[in-house]
Amino acid sequence: MSGVLASMIDGVLVGAVYGLAAMGLSLIWGVMDVINLTHGAMIALGMFCMYLLFAATGINAYVLLLPTIGVGLLLGLIVYWMAVHWVVGRSMLMSLLSTFAVNMMVIGIGTAVWSTSPYNVNFVLPGITIGAYTFTGNHIAAAISAVVIALALQLFLYHTRTGKAIRAVADNREAAELMGISSTAVLSIAFAIGIALACTSGALVSTLFPFTILSGGVYQLKSFVVTILAGLGKPFGALVAGVLLGLLEGVVTPFIAVSWIPLIEFGLFVVVLVAFPQGIFGKRATA
Amino acid sequence: MILRRPFFWIILLVAAGFVYAPLHGNNVSLREDLILIAIAIILASNLNLMIGYTGYVNFGHIVFYGLGGYVGLYLTTVRGWNLVLSALVAGVVVSVFALLFGLAILRLRGAYFALATIGILQAVQAFVSNFDPWGRSTGMYLSFNSYQSLGGARHALWITYFLIIAVMALSMIVSLAIKNSKFGLGLFAIREDEDAAVVLGVNATMYKAIIYSVSAFLPAVAGALMFFKNGMIDPSIAFEYMLSLEGIVMLMLGGQGSVIGAALGGSLYEKLRSYLLTSPVLSNFHLVIAGGLLLMVVLFAPGGLIGWVYRLVPRARKVIE
Repeated sequence: MSGVLASMIDGVLVGAVYGLAAMGLSLIWGVMDVINLTHGAMIALGMFCMYLLFAATGINAYVLLLPTIGVGLLLGLIVYWMAVHWVVGRSMLMSLLSTFAVNMMVIGIGTAVWSTSPYNVNFVLPGITIGAYTFTGNHIAAAISAVVIALALQLFLYHTRTGKAIRAVADNREAAELMGISSTAVLSIAFAIGIALACTSGALVSTLFPFTILSGGVYQLKSFVVTILAGLGKPFGALVAGVLLGLLEGVVTPFIAVSWIPLIEFGLFVVVLVAFPQGIFGKRATA
Repeated sequence: MILRRPFFWIILLVAAGFVYAPLHGNNVSLREDLILIAIAIILASNLNLMIGYTGYVNFGHIVFYGLGGYVGLYLTTVRGWNLVLSALVAGVVVSVFALLFGLAILRLRGAYFALATIGILQAVQAFVSNFDPWGRSTGMYLSFNSYQSLGGARHALWITYFLIIAVMALSMIVSLAIKNSKFGLGLFAIREDEDAAVVLGVNATMYKAIIYSVSAFLPAVAGALMFFKNGMIDPSIAFEYMLSLEGIVMLMLGGQGSVIGAALGGSLYEKLRSYLLTSPVLSNFHLVIAGGLLLMVVLFAPGGLIGWVYRLVPRARKVIE
């Protein structure tokens, strides 16, 4: 029984990282109505960014999150001006396909450079032992980092001018423009933040598990599940939903093979979409 | 009547060309090239029913092809059924699966559906990789006895080739028939404005589920034939994510919504891909080039090649559709 409990706690810790990844997806989706299919590729790039930085410097991996956020913001701006700016406001099909094209290019380049063999970041923090179980330091540090970044985003969105402008554009772009907000600038910033969140969560994952350039896909699916669970455009709800998903994985992993998990997550995804189209935390119709 | 449409006869002519070219001089390497093109055309044409006609992106279209291959190989090898029957049954089984699934997830609008299709691909792959009767992740092999009933391996490969060409022609004919039917008009209405279509009496959920199921049938049959020809199947070949993605590139390149566009895009892209894969410099970057191509089409020419031809020669719409 206590084994299940330990697995659940571990699930919650990893779930915070899922939540952080989903916040990036949810922010972009909520603000500009674009489903960012580069999400998985950006998570993978975050992993490799952490790998390269750690290999170059060898300092505490969690300090390296700061430069990773910078890299993510830059990547976000590049992708926004390359593929997203031109399709905002056009039909959903076009933004799905254009972000998807960027995804293919990133995965293609990544596969050519790093092949699809696994990498890992060899950084270990001392764990905490309770009874017969040890919680690794990395899981705890990753969860704390995820929560801190999520709180920072929340503060940014609610207590700064730029953050308020982002929420205004998400609510009603035309009205925001009439109030003198430059929606293009706001959209590019919001997109960059969304990508930075994806990269950062990828960097956190890279300190927990081995990864390949294709690993992003798994976390992309999890991010979709979490975003749908939380309801669109609710970044902080995404963190809570991420923890819930992690908890669920923690509960089931002692009993079934890990390879079944995509099936369970997909089942959850469909059930939530059909039963709670506005998300569990959602109140009004957004879609 | 479909027989009065010039394009119907063009399709038959192309199929006849596909049959005749490799037979003439017993050219096996040409046959293998044409098979890949035929598969590309089958996938792109049926994907067109979803993306081009209905405006719903299906990122997991390859699921049908892979599942068809599995059911087909299971029936021919384990049950000892003959090839044509197995392929047809594989098509029906996969279509029914798609219909049931479609009724569940097609209540979702646009983007949500697209996300669900990514999930379906991963879920089905996870399921098959854990499914004992289908050999889990090692897959299944064809027993040589299955070739005997078709008169030996060499004969069997030719028969499979002709069947695949027939499926290719059928894919295009089905696309053409749907395009010129009331059902097709309903789909176009959903693509343009789903709410308006519903108000005008189109049963959108039913239409979408039916077209989803129709778009599953021929790829599943093709999968059953193709994996019979290859003699083996495993989850990573059957549900090759890349092929699913490349199907979308083919369709957008040729021109979504157009029958010839899907076929043209399929054959051109397949040619390009085999060139890239064999080139020593570019082989690592074929995905990058495909992605770049897709981005250019989406941003600058959403109508694809055929859209460009239509703009140049408006009358072409009457003949090539």
